[in-house]
Amino acid sequence: MRITLHIWRQRNASDKGRMVRYELPNVSEHMSFLEMLDVLNEELITKGEDPVAFDHDCREGICGMCGCMVNGVAHGPLPETTLCQLHMRHFKDGDELYLEPWRAKAFPVVKDLVVDRTAFDRIIAAGGFISVATGSAPDGNAVLVPKDNAERSMDAAACIGCGACVAMCPNASASLFVSAKIAHLGLLPQGQPERERRVTAMVAQANQEIFGSCTNMGECEAVCPKGIKLENIALMNRHFLGANWAGREGVEAD
Amino acid sequence: MSAAVVNPAGRAARFYEAPIGKKAVMAITGIMLVGYVLAHMLGNLQIYSSNRDQINTYAAFLHNPASAGLLWGARTVLLLAVILHITAAVQLFFQNRAARPIGYVKKDDVPASYAARTMVWSGPIVAAFVIFHVLHLTVGAVMTTRDVGGNPITPDVRYNVISGFQNYGVSAFYIFAMILLCMHLYHGIWSMCQSLGISHPRYTRGLKKASAVLAILIAIGNCSIPIAVMAGWLTD
Repeated sequence: MRITLHIWRQRNASDKGRMVRYELPNVSEHMSFLEMLDVLNEELITKGEDPVAFDHDCREGICGMCGCMVNGVAHGPLPETTLCQLHMRHFKDGDELYLEPWRAKAFPVVKDLVVDRTAFDRIIAAGGFISVATGSAPDGNAVLVPKDNAERSMDAAACIGCGACVAMCPNASASLFVSAKIAHLGLLPQGQPERERRVTAMVAQANQEIFGSCTNMGECEAVCPKGIKLENIALMNRHFLGANWAGREGVEAD
Repeated sequence: MSAAVVNPAGRAARFYEAPIGKKAVMAITGIMLVGYVLAHMLGNLQIYSSNRDQINTYAAFLHNPASAGLLWGARTVLLLAVILHITAAVQLFFQNRAARPIGYVKKDDVPASYAARTMVWSGPIVAAFVIFHVLHLTVGAVMTTRDVGGNPITPDVRYNVISGFQNYGVSAFYIFAMILLCMHLYHGIWSMCQSLGISHPRYTRGLKKASAVLAILIAIGNCSIPIAVMAGWLTD
């Protein structure tokens, strides 16, 4: 099949960048999206041109490394699928595809489709951890976890931190990512000691990284390759309000 | 992690600095404003009463000098709510714009409803309408309004409303503003709950429906008055 690509080309962070058109006359429907880009890059290298830089690692949809906007949708048109797991059979002959990097102040473009997502790492460092007892390994099932909470926590823990939520959000908000981490740890007994400080610190860090605010549109939920639910954002808001108004941190005994 | 904040002022500042804090302020003021809009509509629907003086009696009751403190108290609280709602909205708007300085060449907004994406337009237009509406019917600065005598002097609401809506321009602006208000509430009422952390898989779907129904009922109730006047069903 014949595919026309319009790809954002940007040499480095200070380059202005532009869309460049490429024709791929022989795309196999069995190729994954990234394999199609590999084929394009081989052609570019043969011609002596600079290949298109794009992020990727596991290519099995679990690492969170890949992703770009395909026709204005993060990770392309298939729901709950990362770009690497999207196959060309979902497109048709003659399709024109616009590939753009995630756009956010907090995600500066490194080159072409590659963006710097270390802002997410700093949010995790601000509070996305639990304190553990050192020493011998604890007994299995020594800490009881209600089944429902374990399930909800696991669903939130499925977040791979790819940044599609930020990319898709009209406000470039990181709320779905931050809330997934807060729900993941905050729903488990192991996450309780830092629960209040965690939500305050992670929300403050996201704000400092200049992510936008949540306007409850649900675009993030629609493109999340791991199906993280908007409900997590409500949980984060609840925990944040609770920590601020009912939290005892810094309160002296009366 | 951040250092402990002890004083209440510091805590409030830290709270408001976070977008979630600003959204909570918008949600709480939003609830107050929706409550007012609903009460205002229910009050206005008394114009359909078979007792032609009903709406003026209601106006006289609201303007009763014995409870002037209550009236001005309510007006002050509402004005404060409006100011806080708009201030937080403007701050978030600029913050959100700064969060994406370079936009997309191509962007698809399939899942976001039209109402959700146009909050930033429906809000200011409704605010402009509210200013016009207050100047028109409360201050009486737009068109000639009439008072019924008595002591104290109370406005002849029935005459003012009906003569006002006989002007097609006034009616059209009113209906246009109500449609935008309907869109604003269609997304806003459910959104307030989400901002305050009220979400549960058992109720969220129903909550979204209920907020849409409430928004539409408010629009229908309000729009019915200029339509009834223009159709000649309501006459002075």
